[in-house]
Amino acid sequence: MPRKTITMPQLGESVVEGTVGKWLKAPGDRVERFEPLVEVITDKVNTEIPSEYSGIVVELLVAEGETVAVGTPLAVIETVDAGAEEAPALPPSHAPAPAAEAFGSAIATEPSRAATAAELARAAVAAGELPRGVYSPLVRRLAQEYGVDLRQIRGTGAGGRVTKADVLAYVARREAEAAEARPSAPEPATAVSPVARLERAGAPAAEPVLEPGDQLIVPDAMRSAIARHMSASKQTVPHAWTMTEVDVTQLVALRQAKKDAFQAAEGVSLTYLPFFIKAVVDSLKQFPLLNATWQGERIIVKKRINVGVAVGLEDGLIVPVIHDADRLSIAGLAHALADLTTRARAGRLRLEDVQGGTITVNNTGAFGSVASYPIIHQPQAAIITMEAIRRAPVVVGDAIGIRSVMNVCISFDHRVTDGLYVGRFLQSLKERLESYGPDTPLY
Amino acid sequence: MVVKTFLEAIHDALAEEMRRDERVFVLGQDVGVRGGVFRVTDGLIDEFGPMRVLDTPLTESLIVGAAIGAAAYGLRPVAEIQFADFIHPAMDQIINEAAKIRYRSNGAWSCPIVIRAPFGGGVHGALYHSQSVEGLFHHVPGLKIVIPSTPYDAKGLLKAAIRDDDPVLFFEHKKMYRSIRGEVPDGDYVIALGKADVKRPGKDLTVITYGLNVHLCLEAAERLAKEDGFEAEVIDLRTVAPLDRETILESVKKTGRVMISHEDTKTGGIGAEVSAVIAEEALFYLDAPIKRVAPPDVPAMPYNGVLEKAFMPSVEQQYEAMRELARF
Repeated sequence: MPRKTITMPQLGESVVEGTVGKWLKAPGDRVERFEPLVEVITDKVNTEIPSEYSGIVVELLVAEGETVAVGTPLAVIETVDAGAEEAPALPPSHAPAPAAEAFGSAIATEPSRAATAAELARAAVAAGELPRGVYSPLVRRLAQEYGVDLRQIRGTGAGGRVTKADVLAYVARREAEAAEARPSAPEPATAVSPVARLERAGAPAAEPVLEPGDQLIVPDAMRSAIARHMSASKQTVPHAWTMTEVDVTQLVALRQAKKDAFQAAEGVSLTYLPFFIKAVVDSLKQFPLLNATWQGERIIVKKRINVGVAVGLEDGLIVPVIHDADRLSIAGLAHALADLTTRARAGRLRLEDVQGGTITVNNTGAFGSVASYPIIHQPQAAIITMEAIRRAPVVVGDAIGIRSVMNVCISFDHRVTDGLYVGRFLQSLKERLESYGPDTPLY
Repeated sequence: MVVKTFLEAIHDALAEEMRRDERVFVLGQDVGVRGGVFRVTDGLIDEFGPMRVLDTPLTESLIVGAAIGAAAYGLRPVAEIQFADFIHPAMDQIINEAAKIRYRSNGAWSCPIVIRAPFGGGVHGALYHSQSVEGLFHHVPGLKIVIPSTPYDAKGLLKAAIRDDDPVLFFEHKKMYRSIRGEVPDGDYVIALGKADVKRPGKDLTVITYGLNVHLCLEAAERLAKEDGFEAEVIDLRTVAPLDRETILESVKKTGRVMISHEDTKTGGIGAEVSAVIAEEALFYLDAPIKRVAPPDVPAMPYNGVLEKAFMPSVEQQYEAMRELARF
């Protein structure tokens, strides 16, 4: 029965590697075509990879927790559907030896033949048998000598293995970039491309220095992805920030009045977030430049309004997206939020759940913050936070009253728009939040 | 320079050494009147007479034993075992006597003998005319083992072996006798024992081999360069005992990838020892696992032509192994 290799698929356009989260099958298990075989984590998503073949799992080539390049063999499956997967043809038999071949006849050279598919498959499997993250003694020595973090290097060897040549090429590039940066020191902004600067920012400058008692943490895939994205955003996007205060006394009363009935009827709790998202979405309809992206010196105003919602996890952060949030009612948003946050915390988000966001909302108030300066989730143009709702003395007319107030903060891409426009957007948002009342429909 | 066959180069070395030093003589089955079953000693009896070109009985223990005795008496015998496959009856003489005489006598005596033997397969010689036996002997301290791959090397190495004061096993691949030609100087020259030769320089991988496989690997290396763009450095060990560690390690440190190829079976072969040397002394220069390319551990060369071809190393096999290693 022929053996087939399952490789790390490309999950998204710019995704070049994936981490094996959990194997759903063990060697010896039977797997059906399209049946989930392995959970793969890319950047921020867990997704299940289905088997491309029906058969018996022969071998798992990558251990759980290891990160490998797209195309790296993950598992070997002995297929059983004989009809679809024909056994590879045997190589052509050797020509019979010449009958009269005497002692001392010329050295026979065999006719060369193209490598058969079976041979290529064998080679791929053999290469894949090397566990990822395992480096040759030479590569390890070179990495130490040159102070290279091998995880920064994309391997070109069999199965994505990092070779000596890969390390030396990386070091050469690093040195070339350093040389390029040096003479331009007086005017660094123009001499080095943002991309080059970014790459350098992603690569550690040197071996970390540990003093006694210090703890060295090697970031996992999610931490690394967050670090990359945050650095990239901060270094390429000119962030501008502003804040306004909102009186949400009526919203608090509304929620207080409806939340128990809502919980009973819908099975999900009624939080402030759907009201906030609804107000943001409606204001975006009025100020579409904040639902936009700066790309290649152009501004693209997005038609769809897909709201990313930051969800804090114990060991990181993930931003699932409510697609077409403008088409949902308050109740619809509540359901969408409950679904996404539950799955985010269970690590069960699908790739599409975190893609396509056009703006991000962050409920920083949930952990007591009264003002925050969020980093834009590239390539979006803005990120908005709703801060903690608190009881405070507020001037109402000519009197002082005790009201429920909340700050709203926004970081925006100053390439896309300016403070005046954003100020008007915030005013619109403020009015919407303050106009929630007992008659506001939830459906 | 004159182009000669591998066999002619060995013949010339014998004749020149016998002319140069009257202590040198040859002995073995059919080496005299017949001129050797492969004709290596053809004509020697006419020039040097039956006292220096001795036809012996079909008794390998006697051939080697008599050579050891003659050496002890001050002569420089060159014994021929007609096929390496039949060297085993002389194991006791070679291992217990020749290899140990210097040590046993605390350096007072040495054993300057050369034992020549054709070896190797691919000539339809079946079980008892195809064997490679170097693996059996290279474990034994006190023995030198020479396996040349070109006419030039064969002549220079045989002269060095004859002039060496200790026992040397000189194995000649019989398939090369008349198929391999090369330029050979007429005059006297010696190639030092224990020195490997870089037959083809390269930067991407190191191929360590000897004997007939040198030619297979050189052809495969050319194909690898042309079709895949990888440059293999091909090292001909020439002397498999003692190994030229310096040349091996220098190349390994340059390329980081090593393939070892021989016609002798794999387990416990020369490749195992070369691998061990590299693992001990150059581990941190290795960018890939060491690859050994050798026939399977089957008891003997099959007679059946198809199976013989399957057993014998081929250019294709060397090429594919090199390519896989280069791409690793």
